[in-house]
Amino acid sequence: MLEQLLASLTDGLLLGFVYGVAAMGLTLIWGVMTVINLAHGPVIALGMFATYLLFTHLGINPYLALAPVALFGLLLGFLIYGAAVHRVINAPHLSSLLATFAVNMILIGVGTAIFSTSPQNIDFPLGSLKIGFLTIPVTRLLATGGALLVTAALYLFLYATRTGKAVRAVANNRRAAELMGIPSSLVLALSFGLGTMLAAVAGGLIATFFPFTILSGGPYELKSFVICVLGGLGNPLGALLGGLVLGGLEGLVPAFMPVSWVPVVEFGLFVLVLLVRPRGLLGAK
Amino acid sequence: MRFWRQPGFWLPLAIVFLGGGAVLLWRQDTTRETVFTVLMFMALASSLNILLGYTGYVSFGHIVFFGLGGYTGFYLISEQGWSLYLAALAGGALSGLIALLVGLAVLRLRGAYFALATIGINEAARAFVSNFSPFGGATGLYVNFSAYERYGGAGQALWTTFTLLWVTTMAVLLVSFLVKNSRFGLGLQAIREDEDAAMVMGVPAPRAKTITYVISAFFPGIIGTLYFFKNGNVEPGDAFQLHMSIEMLVMVMLGGMGTVLGPMVGASAYQGLRGYLLTSPIFKNLHLAVAGLILLLIILFVPAGAVGWVRGRVPALRRVLE
Amino acid sequence: MQPWKWYPFILLAVLGLLLPGAASSASAAEKTVVIGFTASRTGKLNVEGLRQINGVNLWIEQVNAAGGVKLADGTQVKFVAKDYDDESKKERVQELYTKLINTDKAVFLISPYSSGLTDAAAVIAQQYNKIMITVGAASDSTYKKGFTLVYQAYTPASRYLTGALDLLGIQAPAAKKVAIVHETDKFSSDVVNALKAYGESKGYQIALFEGYDSGAADFAPFINKIPADVDAVMGGGHYADTSTFAKQLFEKGAKAKMVALLVAPPEPKFAELGDAACGVIGASQWQPQAKYSPEAAKKAGLEWFGIPLADFVKNYQAKYQEEPSYHSAGGYVAGLVLEYAVKKSGSTDTAKVKEVLDEMNLLTFYGHLKFDNTPKTHGLQVGHEMVYTQWQKDQQGKLVNQVVWPEAAQTAKAILYFPR
Repeated sequence: MLEQLLASLTDGLLLGFVYGVAAMGLTLIWGVMTVINLAHGPVIALGMFATYLLFTHLGINPYLALAPVALFGLLLGFLIYGAAVHRVINAPHLSSLLATFAVNMILIGVGTAIFSTSPQNIDFPLGSLKIGFLTIPVTRLLATGGALLVTAALYLFLYATRTGKAVRAVANNRRAAELMGIPSSLVLALSFGLGTMLAAVAGGLIATFFPFTILSGGPYELKSFVICVLGGLGNPLGALLGGLVLGGLEGLVPAFMPVSWVPVVEFGLFVLVLLVRPRGLLGAK
Repeated sequence: MRFWRQPGFWLPLAIVFLGGGAVLLWRQDTTRETVFTVLMFMALASSLNILLGYTGYVSFGHIVFFGLGGYTGFYLISEQGWSLYLAALAGGALSGLIALLVGLAVLRLRGAYFALATIGINEAARAFVSNFSPFGGATGLYVNFSAYERYGGAGQALWTTFTLLWVTTMAVLLVSFLVKNSRFGLGLQAIREDEDAAMVMGVPAPRAKTITYVISAFFPGIIGTLYFFKNGNVEPGDAFQLHMSIEMLVMVMLGGMGTVLGPMVGASAYQGLRGYLLTSPIFKNLHLAVAGLILLLIILFVPAGAVGWVRGRVPALRRVLE
Repeated sequence: MQPWKWYPFILLAVLGLLLPGAASSASAAEKTVVIGFTASRTGKLNVEGLRQINGVNLWIEQVNAAGGVKLADGTQVKFVAKDYDDESKKERVQELYTKLINTDKAVFLISPYSSGLTDAAAVIAQQYNKIMITVGAASDSTYKKGFTLVYQAYTPASRYLTGALDLLGIQAPAAKKVAIVHETDKFSSDVVNALKAYGESKGYQIALFEGYDSGAADFAPFINKIPADVDAVMGGGHYADTSTFAKQLFEKGAKAKMVALLVAPPEPKFAELGDAACGVIGASQWQPQAKYSPEAAKKAGLEWFGIPLADFVKNYQAKYQEEPSYHSAGGYVAGLVLEYAVKKSGSTDTAKVKEVLDEMNLLTFYGHLKFDNTPKTHGLQVGHEMVYTQWQKDQQGKLVNQVVWPEAAQTAKAILYFPR
């Protein structure tokens, strides 16, 4: 029983890191511009497809492909920001919610037309690692490694570069930042791009061990909401922690009840946190 | 205000009355199917508008009331042998009850938090129903075909369901109009503009919001029961589709939120467009993308929606386009 | 309007009444009958769905090439298939079948692929009084819903995996523990509920019995719950999820003497999983190695109808450049059943064709076909049997799908595996 529990917990935590990266993207965008990016899901799915296409058509190692996929995510973010978000950034929340949701619909619609909804797979078996009684597929270990790398890179960017400082400034107080001479629109676009970049990279990592369709982003988007609220909207470290909590939950809960109850627990917790402590575990921005 | 004298009151009702009546007289199955879908979305969009348009609270997961009420109504018909009429009302009542309970907690949240909470509730409801054996669990419920005998056979039952939906749609429009043009509705619109100021002015915001939430949940419950009865079966995947929720939103925004005619116009336009796109070979796969594009353009450039824009430009029509 | 201005209209009206009459009497010799269905060309059921469409289209080609079917009144009937992509989605199915019946004037219907979608379609068929032959839809529960015009060509779900337990009992009598992980759709649920009841009646301990959502990608939570000393892992659902499940079972090093899963293993595509496919047992409605023939029909006292087995395999391979799987055979047989019923009844009228189907007792290349005609479970398939396959490595190390059960149909003995 203990063995099973540890195995489940390990699986859950490993996955939790990747969830965390996805959620970081969402929380960053919220933190900087108080916009909930409802196009988060399709961007994750597009990241999956981008990695898949680079792997199957150009033969690039899926892990190396993450670099171009990250760039793709960044540029996609700029595009979405410019087309949909910029005009409504100061409007009531409903407008930006609906605008990003419209982008969601467009991306899914075009994606379905191009890729259809048939499941795809990245066939890159790397075998499994046996540590004691645990059997962990290598792909999952590498995904966790990738997630940690990306988190470290993000933090380095935010705290050790000038541009990162500008992002933090705009997040803190946009007006003041503008008064200090920071081109806020550009910084906003960059932040949005960073958010989508994280989403795309998370998608690429997930694609290495799960099958996916253009609709696969949806569940991860929902999980991202839960994680962001758990960790505190606007707090990237909170997102990572929230990801681990969620992953851990997904690993532990099945040991005590049928696996199909996990979503009930997840969303129940979600609503509970929203009601009782909306600032999340680590406090919102 | 003698509301029955206003053309804005009669216009939406007349359109639905005549349209539905024509279908009933003509007795063609294909027309009935198309109009059924349009009426269903008109009613759903109008219900959502009662909350969204009047109070400004965005319920992203509103479809949960369609699902839960529909499941309850269907359960009563298929497992308990209730009649369609009673079961539909019971479905609506249950949805209203859930809205009351959930609303007490969730309506304290504002803006984006409320929207997210409604999504969470929808997903939790779906996951719960998937595990709830009286409701058939993940495989759902079905009605034994002989149950249609009670309504004069399957063919007749489909027509009866259509008639009920027709009546329900008119009821929703009526309620929508009444809410908008009452003192109660005025309070709601004050909440929409600035909730804190409204409360300072004496609007009992929490109670008003809750009542509105219940009203907006009641009708989707009825409609859900009718829809699942027509289909003969229901599964968790059908009943809690987040996408249907969003389509309702698009329709309200397209037509013009906060108006009675708006959701109607939005629903017809959207369904018409969707029908065309789905059968056109070029656009078959792009209907979602096109819908998204329309929504985006509306949000960016015409946030008041079609009816709202016309009302803004042509003040003379304000009395007619309520 | 003055009276004389009416004359052109009267003339037109008269012509309008006469001409169709003249036209129809001229075309009384030939008629085209539309067979309508939706197919899962895209979506999560597309692998199986496409195979099924291929089968139907092959049948259409062959029946028309042979001149069609002759009715009692001398009319020669040719068939044309009208299908839409249902994207593996239920709401599309109901819309589309309504369209097929009302707009495309389909006379007979074939089901979509999968029990879930078929349930939705069957309601429409029954509502509009059209006969539907179901293939790719094994759930028993569909036939308990009071339908009278829906006929099942697949062995019902309740008999799907029970044979695998028989196999286990004979070859590994000491086996006791079974873990069942299944998709929570109608078909898989029907299969495993019957399996559980059967297993318990034979003394097996069902150590795990859990369902996953259709479209699930992460099976680790379930695999972690499988006891380390389990003897058999059974279940699955449809192609996409079952093959992912099989892959993850292998990746996690799950140990069991027998892994028996639904739908995916009998498909030739399953071999793409490589080592993960090795040893996996599948339940199949039909295999190309089957032994149904006119001689076998005579011996069993049954009527034989339709194409010989070897010809079916050959023609299918020639047309589609792939080996037929049981999904392909099912699609073909749906058409074949309609062909037989129309021919025997001499009519395309629903009531007359229904009479023939209710009494049918046939052997075809696909196996024995007989429908239940009692009101409680009308349309259930009562004649057809399952065969079980297992992927084994031949001398060259290549994966080959062998028939391992029932013993009468065996091409190789099942290897009950330890860690692969």
